[in-house]
Amino acid sequence: MDAIFKALADGSRRKLLDALYQENGQTLTQLCAHLDMTRQAVTKHLAVLETANLVATLRLGREKLHYLNPVPLHGIYGRWIQKYERPRLQGLSALKQDLETNQKHTSHGKA
Amino acid sequence: MEKPEFVYVTFIRTTPVKLWEALTKPEQTRQYWGGIFNRSDWAPGSKWEHVNEQDSDPIYVFGEIIESNPPTRLVMTWVDPDDPTDESIVTLELQPIDDLVRLTVIHGNFKDGSGMQGRISKGWPLVLSSLKSFLESGNGIDIMATSRSSP
Repeated sequence: MDAIFKALADGSRRKLLDALYQENGQTLTQLCAHLDMTRQAVTKHLAVLETANLVATLRLGREKLHYLNPVPLHGIYGRWIQKYERPRLQGLSALKQDLETNQKHTSHGKA
Repeated sequence: MEKPEFVYVTFIRTTPVKLWEALTKPEQTRQYWGGIFNRSDWAPGSKWEHVNEQDSDPIYVFGEIIESNPPTRLVMTWVDPDDPTDESIVTLELQPIDDLVRLTVIHGNFKDGSGMQGRISKGWPLVLSSLKSFLESGNGIDIMATSRSSP
C-alpha cells in the first residue's frame, strides 16, 4: 500500500494515469507525445506506477501497451469506506463532477 | 489479437489451483461476486453463464468457452443477454510469482456502441478487489451494496 501512495504522490505520475484514463492501452511513444516530459522521465514514472500495480502492461506483437489498473485503488477504497456510505459518497461525487465538468461526461453515453 | 480495451491485474496470496477454483466454482464465485455466480463445465465449446437466482431474469451474462487450460488460462466470450450482438472476449491468465499469483484479466474485442463496455470497466476492478479479499481473508466485499440501497 505504501507503493500506491508513493506512486500517486507525484503530479507527473497522476498526469500519466489521466492520459491512460482518457485513452487506455498506449505505447510509451504515444504517452510521450501528449506530455511535456522526456522519454526517460516517462519511462521512470511508468516503472514506479507499474511497481505499484496502478499500470498494467501488455505485449502485443512488438508493442508494449500501458493500461490504467484501478484494482489496487478499490482495495484502499474498501478499507476505509463503509458500504453504507458508498451510495451517499457516490451521490456527492457525481454532483461535484457534474458541477465542475459542466456535464462534459454526458458525451460518454452511447446509443 | 487486436488491442484490448482493458487490462486488469491483481496479485493474490494464493496458489494457481485455488485461484482457478475460485474463478470456476459457482459456490465460490458467488461469495465475492455479490451473490451472483458463474456456472459451466469450463470445457472449450461449452456455454458459461453469470447467474443471479434472485432475479426473474437470472442470466446477467453468458458466453462460450474458447480456451481452457487449468490452472493457467481461460478464454471466453462475454455476451449481453439483452443484446446478443454485444459480444466481447475475456482472457484470464494466472501466473505464479513467489507465494503470489498474478491474475490478469484482458477484456477486449468490444463491438462499437457496446453497452457492456462501460459496465465492465466499473465491474472488474470491484470484483477483482473482492476476489483478492475473499482468497486472502475468506471474505468477499459486499460489491452489490451500491446498487441495492439508494442514496
